[in-house]
Amino acid sequence: MWVYEKKLQYPVKVRDCNPRLAKYLIEQYGGADGELAAALRYLNQRYTIPEKVIGLLTDIGTEEFAHLEMIATMIYKLTKDATPQQMAAAGLGDHYVNHDSALYYHDAAGNPWTATYIQAKGDPIADLYEDIAAEEKARATYQWLIDISDDPDINDSLRFLREREIVHSMRFREAVEILKEEKGKKKFF
Amino acid sequence: MTREKTFTLVKSYKPFHSKFDPCPPIGRKYYRTPPNLYINFQPPNMEQFTPEEALKYGTLWKFFYDFYDNPYRERET
Amino acid sequence: MNKKLDDEYYQLLEQIQAADFVLVELTLYLDTHPNDQQALQQFNQFHEYSQQLKSVFEPKYGPLLGFGNSPGGENKWEWGQGPWPWQV
Repeated sequence: MWVYEKKLQYPVKVRDCNPRLAKYLIEQYGGADGELAAALRYLNQRYTIPEKVIGLLTDIGTEEFAHLEMIATMIYKLTKDATPQQMAAAGLGDHYVNHDSALYYHDAAGNPWTATYIQAKGDPIADLYEDIAAEEKARATYQWLIDISDDPDINDSLRFLREREIVHSMRFREAVEILKEEKGKKKFF
Repeated sequence: MTREKTFTLVKSYKPFHSKFDPCPPIGRKYYRTPPNLYINFQPPNMEQFTPEEALKYGTLWKFFYDFYDNPYRERET
Repeated sequence: MNKKLDDEYYQLLEQIQAADFVLVELTLYLDTHPNDQQALQQFNQFHEYSQQLKSVFEPKYGPLLGFGNSPGGENKWEWGQGPWPWQV
């Protein structure tokens, strides 16, 4: 069961009116290594994963929806006041003719989201390694977005989101250790 | 554990540049090696940020904090 | 009809976001360290603290949680009122 909390996880701010950034940010909305893919991947895997790590997959999956909302907020703030001409100038003309300034689950190149972005092999080690990889790919994507963005306020949010990927990656690596079940031998360093 | 003494957060390498390459060489390429790579399991009682700092930095524990900035920024000017 | 967003709104909201972020971090940590008593205690402390902050925030600015996890409103249904998180 999901309950919605009417607040963002992190106070998202956008300093500059630069709709072009929305074109890039949408990569983390509807892209292969984006937040929607992450949320659906983990929440789907959790049904067939060993009991000890169901909580982790549920909680990280839920947190990813909060991140999806943060990305949506940035895109929304950047495009809500744009005229069609401004959208076209920002490289969002093809998005506009289909959606106006509505958001949609596609990546920066316009490819629509697809379930082929996620996997659930039913083997917990395979699933967790996919999850670790997903977190590292998302971390890298946030690095490229920080590189290409010159808005310091957006970059604060992007750095937050990148840091979350680092922590999530750690948790999935711990989950692998838990499933390896070496009794009393959790190697800390 | 202080990580300053045990690992770095950025690594770099110099890609091969051929004399027939059309563009000036990028020089060095960089990649990140964030803190989560260097431990298998978070130990208890790690040093924490305040709640306000934690929200700003994206993690409760100082060990995991990894500030990212564009390593190629100087080259653009 | 949108509520008026003064400085106090933003300050209180950020305090709640900070407290709740600690709770998220501790949740994920406890998911992989279920026997860490100290972390559990800290979680429970922050749970209390977050509840306190929200008990100040919600009467002024409306319910935060849906489906009955926050009170509904004194005289009218407040859940549906703006502004919404992506708008503030």
